[in-house]
This record gives sequence, structure tokens and C-alpha cells, in this order.
Amino acid sequence: MSETVLEIEGLQTFYGKIHALRGISLNVPKGKIVTLLGANGAGKSTTLKTISGLTRAAAGRITFRGQEITAAAPHAIVRMGLIHAPEGRRIFKGMTVQENLDLGGFTNRGERAEKQRRLQYIFELFPILSNRRNQDAALLSGGEQQMLAIGRALMTDPELMLLDEPSMGLAPFLVQAIMKIIRKLNEQGTTILLVEQNAKVALRLADYGYVLETGRIVVEGDSATLREDESIVKAYLGGGH
Amino acid sequence: MTILDIIIQQLTNGLILGSFYSLVALGYSMVYGIIKLLNFAHGDIYMVGAFVGFVILSFVSTLLGDGWLGILPSMILAMTAVGFLGVLIQRIAYRPLLSAPRLSILIVAVGVSLVLFNSVMVVTIGEYKAFPSGLGYEGITMGHVHITYTQMVMVGATAVLMIALHLFIAKTIYGKAMRAISIDMDACRLMGIDVNKIIALTFFVGSSLAAAAGVMAGVYYGSIHFFMGFVIGLKAFTSAVIGGIGSIPGAMLGGLLLGLLESFGTQLPWVGTEWKDVFAFGLLILLLVFKPTGILGRTEIERM
Ligand SMILES: Nc1ncnc2c1ncn2[C@@H]1O[C@H](COP(=O)(O)OP(=O)(O)O)[C@@H](O)[C@H]1O
Ligand SMILES: [Mg+2]
Repeated sequence: MSETVLEIEGLQTFYGKIHALRGISLNVPKGKIVTLLGANGAGKSTTLKTISGLTRAAAGRITFRGQEITAAAPHAIVRMGLIHAPEGRRIFKGMTVQENLDLGGFTNRGERAEKQRRLQYIFELFPILSNRRNQDAALLSGGEQQMLAIGRALMTDPELMLLDEPSMGLAPFLVQAIMKIIRKLNEQGTTILLVEQNAKVALRLADYGYVLETGRIVVEGDSATLREDESIVKAYLGGGH
Repeated sequence: MTILDIIIQQLTNGLILGSFYSLVALGYSMVYGIIKLLNFAHGDIYMVGAFVGFVILSFVSTLLGDGWLGILPSMILAMTAVGFLGVLIQRIAYRPLLSAPRLSILIVAVGVSLVLFNSVMVVTIGEYKAFPSGLGYEGITMGHVHITYTQMVMVGATAVLMIALHLFIAKTIYGKAMRAISIDMDACRLMGIDVNKIIALTFFVGSSLAAAAGVMAGVYYGSIHFFMGFVIGLKAFTSAVIGGIGSIPGAMLGGLLLGLLESFGTQLPWVGTEWKDVFAFGLLILLLVFKPTGILGRTEIERM
């Protein structure tokens, strides 16, 4: 078994009285794509937010590259090489594409050469961002905004990337394009934890999958297994697609 | 005096007044932009700035004299000291309440204002203090209009501060982080930005600009007192609302507009200087009712 980048044990999270995560354990091995599936409200986003420190864990333990980060501040976690591209993209509308990318590189500010290298890499992945770098990010289309959100997250050269529903609201061909990019990033060495509602798309990409239901992991397995097990697909992953 | 003389005279007065308003309004607007707090203690920061400048200049003037050579370094020192005071207040009074309901932090701001106001009142025994600067009335005379070098330096210093602030906000990564926090604070956290540090920096910049205005007001009016921050706090708030609260160019513009409006308004035949404040606050009420987003503000303003 390969080295584990992210290890979560017994994670619990509350929003006031709402018990959103009820003891989650999962592993993300280095160099892999792991997907977290489940219906709306299952706790997928909360899991990512608790990992990146936006939401505090009430119990459990999160370990990143051997170091415990359960109570660490979000900015400290980013500096360790874990980046979270949140649900809904959350790009800075009212600022230019370039400024959004500059902010993505906040932690390596001052390192000009490194910043240029990252920018060039991102513009190669997403040439459209280069063309529109001086435009207000609010003017980008949905697909372009998602590219900017991913590009911005890549400015730090992360070891592990948490992606929350990157396909949300995108036309099928754009979903394919984004998934291709995620595969490419992964092939170039970035480990990925991908949250998706679109199970079919995610399982095609991922090595391993977890299915979440009301704050608990109910099924896990190799994506091939999950994909082919009719009963699992029917019970948790809602056919349809 | 000809009409032209009056225009030039009032333009000068309005620019000076507007400089004070703008410099104070900037701190109001920046803090509102970043943590959505109407920092009602900000006028008192201006007042404290004047007193800190007073103390520093008293020492510095023995070395560098009480002209601009002594005043400018004293102003910079006062700006730095008051900037740190702003950071300290933010750390102690506001930061613990950042996620509390908006009203709690607003009430704390009023509390901070009272603390500053009363502290200075006690220390100065409520007396006026003569500002220890020694600037004369030399300047340029054009017809019936006399513009002093002091007035010119003040408008110039304000312009320099505003240009520097603009470049800082537009070009540096810290300025971009400030703007980004006002758009989406959690997204900033996810970019690795230590949001608390940037908020502290915002208080530093805002407070030091208010201190600059306080020192200049001391120099200009010649005396300072513990309640000098009250009215200007409200005027700066008005300026920020005129320009669109949260907007930095809006605060600059709103302050200058209000300054000009007040100085020209008092020239109308049936309005004397005593109507100045009625003018300003009447405008504030009209704006809050009819155009709460101001000239350059964004549309999502919450009522508070
Ligand atoms: N900020 C919040 N405040 C209160 N409850 C929340 C908040 N965010 C999510 N929840 C609740 O927590 C549960 C899990 O939500 P979430 O993690 O967003 O699910 P998912 O991403 O799988 O759709 C839901 O019941 C949701 O209503
Ligand atoms: Mg979600």
C-alpha cells in the first residue's frame, strides 16, 4: 500500500445543534484520486470544510502528511500544501482574473520566479484565462469560473487538492473538460479528493470512492467495484445518469 | 470681492475641510468594507491622533523647530503610533466579536468611543490645548484671496497619502487581500490568507490616516480638544455614505464633495456658517433614505 497523504479518523462536526458529521474515517493515498459521493445534505462539503479548517471538528483526528491538522488555522493548512476549491467556486467577483490568481499565490508572495512559473503552468492548462486575465472575473462563463477556481487553487502548487462539486451547473461537454483537467493534474502528481453528486462521472475518474449518508460513510470501495455493483448504484448513487 | 474671488476662496476652504473628511472617511469605509462594522470610535481615533501629534511635536520641535520640518516627522510618528493603537483596539475589542451578531460589535464600537473620549477628557482636564506649531500666514495673494503655504502643504500631503493608499490597495498583494476579504472572507482563508492579520493591517492604515487628519487639523485650527472627534466622525460617516460606504475611491470623493458643499453652501445668501452641519446631516438623511449605496457603492447594503 502506498503512502497516505490524508488520514481521517472518527471525525465529527456540528453546526450548532445539527450533527452534520457523525464519525467519518477515510484515507487518501498519495498520487490517487479519491471521491466522496452522496446525496445533497449528506455532509460532503462539511467534510471538506472541516479538513481545511473552515469548520471546527468536535471530535476525531485529521492527519496530513503525517502531521495532525485537526485544530490548525486554514491559512496554516494551505501553507502545508493542502488546498480546498470550495463549492460554488467562490471566485472574487469584482476583481480581475489576474488578481484572483495573484491571491491564489498569496502564500508564495515575494517569490516572483515561482509565481511566474505557476502562472505559466495555469495558462497552459486554461488558455482562456490568459486571454481574459484583465477582465472582471464576474464576466466569465460558469465553465470559465470553474477553471479560474481550479487555477487559483493551483497557484500554491498543492500536494493535495480538495475539489467540491467542480461539475456543478456545467453543460456535459464542460464537465468532461473539467474532469480531463483533473486527471491531468493527478497524472502530474497532485493527489485529489473529489466531492461529487454526479457519481457516474466521479467514479470513472477516481481510484477509490466513499459514499456518505447523513454524516456517515455507508459504503466504500474501489471505483470499479462501486460502479459495477448494481445494488450499490441503485441504493446510494441514484441511477439516472 | 468678486464672484471669482469667492469661488477660489471657498474652493480652498472646501478642499481643506474635504481633506480632513476624506482622510477620516477612508478608515470608516475600509473597516466597513472588510468586517461590515460601522466603527463609531473612528472619530475619536482622529482626536487621539491630534493629541498624540501634540505630544510628539512638543518634543520634536525642540530639535527640528515647530515649522513643517518638525511637523511632518511628528505627523508620521503620530500616524504610526495611532496605527498601532487601532490594531490594539481591533485585537482587544472587535476581534473576539467578529462572528457575533453585528449589533454586539456596533455597541462595543460605541463603548470604545466613550473610553477614548473620556480618557482624553480626564488626562487634559477637559481643556483646550494650543497646538505647538508655529506656522505663519505667508502664502500667495491673488486679488482679495490669500492662500497660505500651510493650506497648500496640507492639500498636497492629503493628495500624497491618497495616491499612496490607492497604489497600496490596487497594486500590492495586501491591498488585493483587503479587497478580496470584503468580497468573500472564507474564500480568502482558503487561499492561505491570514484574515486576522489583514484586518489588523486595515485598522492600522485607517487609524493612521485619521491621525494624519487629526494632526493637520491641530496645525490648521491651532487648538485641539477632547470632543473634536465627535462631529468629524459623523461628517466622515456622511462622506463615506455619499461616496458609497465600503468604497475607497468613494470615501475620497465623498469627503471632498462634502467639504466643498459645506464651504460653498455657506455662501448662499440665506445660509450662514452656522447652517453648515444642518447641511451635512440633512444630506446624510436624504442619502440614507433615497440612495443608501452612495455614488460608488455596491448594491448590497444591509440596514444596520
Ligand atoms: N453553515 C451551516 N449551518 C447550519 N447547517 C449547515 C451548514 N452547512 C451545512 N449544514 C447542514 O449540514 C448538513 C450537511 O451539509 P453539507 O456538508 O453541505 O452537505 P453536502 O455537501 O453533502 O450537500 C446538512 O444537513 C446541512 O443542512
Ligand atoms: Mg455540498
